[in-house]
Amino acid sequence: MPRFGQGEGAESAAADAAVKPSEGGRGSDRDRGDRCGRGGAWGWASGNLAFLLFSLVALTMPLYLTNSYYLSILAFFAIRLMPTIGLNLLLGQAGQISLGHAAFIGLGAYGSALLTTRWGLDPWPAMFLAALLSALVAVVIGVPALRLKGHYLAMATLGFGEIVLILLIQLKGLTGGTDGVVGIPPLELGGWSLTDPRLFHVVVWSAALIMLRMALNLPRTRTGRALIALHRTEIAASSLGIDVAFHKLQVFVVSAVFASIAGSFLAHYVMFISPEGFGVTLSVLLVAGAVIGGLAGVWGAVWGAGLMVLLPEVLARYNEDYTLLAFGLLVIVVMIFLPEGLAGAPAKLRALRRTPPYTVASRTQAEPVEERGSECRS
Amino acid sequence: MSLQEFLQFVFAGITSGSVYALTALGFTLIYNATGIINFAQGEFVMLGGLAAVSLHSGGAPLALAAIGAVAVVTVVGLLFELLAIRPLLNASILAQIIVTVGASLALRTAAMLVWGREAVALPAFTERAPLSVFGATVVAQTLWVLGVTALIVIALQVFYRRTMLGKAVRACAVNPMAARLLGIPYGRVVLLTFGASAAVAAAGGVLITPISFMSYSSGALIGLKGFAAAILGGLGSPAGAVAGGLTLGLLESLSVGLLPWSGTSGYKDAIAFLILLLVLFARPQGLLGQRSAQKV
Repeated sequence: MPRFGQGEGAESAAADAAVKPSEGGRGSDRDRGDRCGRGGAWGWASGNLAFLLFSLVALTMPLYLTNSYYLSILAFFAIRLMPTIGLNLLLGQAGQISLGHAAFIGLGAYGSALLTTRWGLDPWPAMFLAALLSALVAVVIGVPALRLKGHYLAMATLGFGEIVLILLIQLKGLTGGTDGVVGIPPLELGGWSLTDPRLFHVVVWSAALIMLRMALNLPRTRTGRALIALHRTEIAASSLGIDVAFHKLQVFVVSAVFASIAGSFLAHYVMFISPEGFGVTLSVLLVAGAVIGGLAGVWGAVWGAGLMVLLPEVLARYNEDYTLLAFGLLVIVVMIFLPEGLAGAPAKLRALRRTPPYTVASRTQAEPVEERGSECRS
Repeated sequence: MSLQEFLQFVFAGITSGSVYALTALGFTLIYNATGIINFAQGEFVMLGGLAAVSLHSGGAPLALAAIGAVAVVTVVGLLFELLAIRPLLNASILAQIIVTVGASLALRTAAMLVWGREAVALPAFTERAPLSVFGATVVAQTLWVLGVTALIVIALQVFYRRTMLGKAVRACAVNPMAARLLGIPYGRVVLLTFGASAAVAAAGGVLITPISFMSYSSGALIGLKGFAAAILGGLGSPAGAVAGGLTLGLLESLSVGLLPWSGTSGYKDAIAFLILLLVLFARPQGLLGQRSAQKV
């Protein structure tokens, strides 16, 4: 570690330790509320500055990056970022898991593909209608599923994802089966076809940045605070008059729409889709990415999506299959050693320098074993 | 549909149902001891089948290959508990789900790197002509599947009811804290449970591989169906797991035969998941389970 700025680092580490007593403890989602809800003028301004800088860099990339291969990687970064933001909100802020979000990406992709190739709609309205359909499906599946907790919700969403995948493969007359859909038209904007990678880059990143901004704003809204409250304890939250079921459904639908829009962008970008890409593996990969990036704040989604796009590029040199292995192992390591994910790594490093890694207090601060059956239903 | 066809579907259903039952038993063992649902359970089934194929093609006699495969997967299960589960035993449910999901991704991909993408099969345990029951054929392997499944279920019952260690495991299921206060080594019980669960799952994998092909990706589907079976019978009840497994197998097999719209067997898997969703949404305590009192 470089020595500069040590005074400031120590101070902020101390401040962090004061705000988050269980830092380093296993109760990874205990202190999440403080992290997300910690508003304050400084927190708000620095968050805003980071967003502005990130947007500026992301949107101006095509000016100094002309290699179309790198641009395509960045486009996939944006497309992966959208569902990861949704999962980050769902997992991190509402504490609900979904192992079926690839289905919503699939619905968006197939919705866009079929509406444009079969019914001759323009890409933008097709994207909108596909998102609407995904929202509808999310409501239908979310109302019963979100009443379930923990493992049950995970299994229900997993089953939902499998069913959608089977339908995409089996409804051959509609979806083309395993052959997929070819000849999907590219997006257009004001007469300009977005086949130009630089133009597509700006549009897809604009969409991703809007989603990022919305997600960053969430903790400061009434819904965001409600989510943080119900994440900590649903019973207390509902006793305070928070409509737990409604807010959970809200964030589930939003995350489904983000995923659907990502699917639409994907379909119009690669112009060909087939069902096998939208299976459980993608759902699991997205959750892994969101977790590895870090669930304590929305920026974790950026780290996670970045890793999801970059790691295959690095590992493809050896064998592309190593990527999934790496993600599976990484997510275990992160859960055990770095519950705040990559986004929390710098703060963790600072804290490591100042204080012993595990104090006696944090070691014994394990949460009590949950009562059986209490996770079944609220 | 003739009686012969009907019986044929029933035998097919019981056979695959037995494997779902063993997978569901694996879920139940771990859930009872730790409250964790192991999302990597199906991968243990897959690893059992693939390991047996490798050992057999490496020259080991079939019986030795089967036992060896179960032993290998048991070791994997023990390592999984020590490395991934133990540090998170007291963590939130979300963290435990994510870790076992991550492990399933890692195990599946590792299996693909080791065994490739090809689906493989074992030879049948015994070479004999299929039996004929009212015109429906029953291959010898079906009898093996049923027999070994029954044996495992009985052995588990004896272990849990009659032995001191089994009673200790059940005590941990009721209340880990109280069990620890009575001097039961909770950590070792959890370790034992993961080993046993992996062994049961691997046995299921070895049994089914001569009938249906096994590949690195088979585990996810079997795992999800095993969970559906466990849920159907009421999560946490070993008897329910077996009943749920057989019921699911029968429903799946008969719906392929009976329902007109599912003429293509491509929808067969969807039926299991539809049942899973229906049970989860309408009766999450399972068909046999009691509605537990709500704790606030």
